[in-house]
Amino acid sequence: MFKILKYTFYDIIRSRWSLAYFFFYLILGFVLLFLNNDISKALITLMNIVLVLTPLIGTIFGVMYYYSSIDFTKLLLAQPIKRSKIFLGQYLGVVSSLTLSLVFGLGIPFIIYGLSVSSAIFDFILLLISASFLNLIFVALAYIISLYNENKIKGFGYSILIWLFLAIIYDGLFLILLVFFNEYPLDKLSLLAITLNPIDLSRILILLKLDISALLGYTGAMFKQFFGTSQGVFYSSLILIIWTLIPLSVIISTSNKKDF
Amino acid sequence: MIEINGIYKRFGKLKVLEDLDLELKSPGVFAIIGPNASGKTTLIKAILGIVIPDAGEIKINQRSVLNEFKYRNQLTYLPQIANFPPNLTVGELISLVKELRQEVSYEDKLISIFNINEHINKKIGNLSGGTIQKVNLILTFMFDSDLIILDEPTNGLDPISMIHLEKIISEEKKKGKTILITTHVMRIVERFSDEIIFLLEGKVFFKGKLSALRKKTDEKDLEFAIAKLMDKRVCLKS
Repeated sequence: MFKILKYTFYDIIRSRWSLAYFFFYLILGFVLLFLNNDISKALITLMNIVLVLTPLIGTIFGVMYYYSSIDFTKLLLAQPIKRSKIFLGQYLGVVSSLTLSLVFGLGIPFIIYGLSVSSAIFDFILLLISASFLNLIFVALAYIISLYNENKIKGFGYSILIWLFLAIIYDGLFLILLVFFNEYPLDKLSLLAITLNPIDLSRILILLKLDISALLGYTGAMFKQFFGTSQGVFYSSLILIIWTLIPLSVIISTSNKKDF
Repeated sequence: MIEINGIYKRFGKLKVLEDLDLELKSPGVFAIIGPNASGKTTLIKAILGIVIPDAGEIKINQRSVLNEFKYRNQLTYLPQIANFPPNLTVGELISLVKELRQEVSYEDKLISIFNINEHINKKIGNLSGGTIQKVNLILTFMFDSDLIILDEPTNGLDPISMIHLEKIISEEKKKGKTILITTHVMRIVERFSDEIIFLLEGKVFFKGKLSALRKKTDEKDLEFAIAKLMDKRVCLKS
């Protein structure tokens, strides 16, 4: 698996797209720090961008890589190596190169700005960890969709729809639900709704850590009240891990049964 | 060597292989031919384990290979479409396949035969289609495997590489390998094949020596003989 991971990583990290992704975050980091003039404030703006953008890029890269390497995958499938190792290797290769672009792209400007002596360093690290989880989750979702769809256009379409749903539509539906049923006790329901969306979950995880109650919103406040800060961080991290493991097991079982 | 018993494969409503039996006992070159969509590539992929049959059994050297992967150490495969990761160099690609197989390989000899020494450190994305096809051939023939499966090996080769390919095939044949070739190039079939496996509608319609095919169809020219084989089916059916 590590052999495939290594070469997939080499292949992607040298691509123009990866470089563009790195420079995008680099410039974004510098611009936000310059405009906000404060690390903690820049972090909040950054969070709002990263939590929406990382899933999108992960989805697109995952689908793109799967379809562009399908012929090579067939060659790998004819080698004496387990199917699951091929797909896990490729998947982790995509995720690690994306995560590297993210960590270096954002890390460089923040370190230059004096992150290491600031108290916000842990918040920053938490942001990177959540974004890495989103990479893991959304590349996996993209891989599952690609495995089920031979047609590239359909694969792309469904992946973008999933991103659109989880990043934007979900919150809207959730809000409508809250308004509509506001006479009923909704605390348990909203906790459940949050756990079912990794993007919302990451947002709450970071906001709990940042401890900005004004930004927590209804569900965040509920989360805090229900779990308290430290337990809330633990609980949301746990759910993120489950969110990663379930799609991964689907990738393994689907690829074991699939004809190429 | 290879024993295939009653394999079925359908993709949705399309039946591709239907109760196909095939037995290859001794080494030699076997040309798998047949019209488009007759199941040639699916058959090859089933042997390789890339396609999983719905029913039936495939044995290589008396051992069932379904859901196995280690047996692929004994075989090597040339895919029809050579499409490799564009940002890896030729050298890295060769290393990757070598690392996956971990057995003795003879790539240096092939690199000089196909004259791609100067390209070894270039990214695959910067190479021409012909050069990539040569890399594809090197990846296939650098291992000493008993079973060689070639899917349309002549696609996109220049005349010189074609000559080299033919030389390699005849050398491997002399070594006593089992070689399965799907091809539309009748010259390759005539020159190398010990037996012809003619597929039609997912079954083996004819299996035998070239001379037997000629005798059966009463045609000296191979292309006409094959055309007649397909025609006969029409006669049989109507």
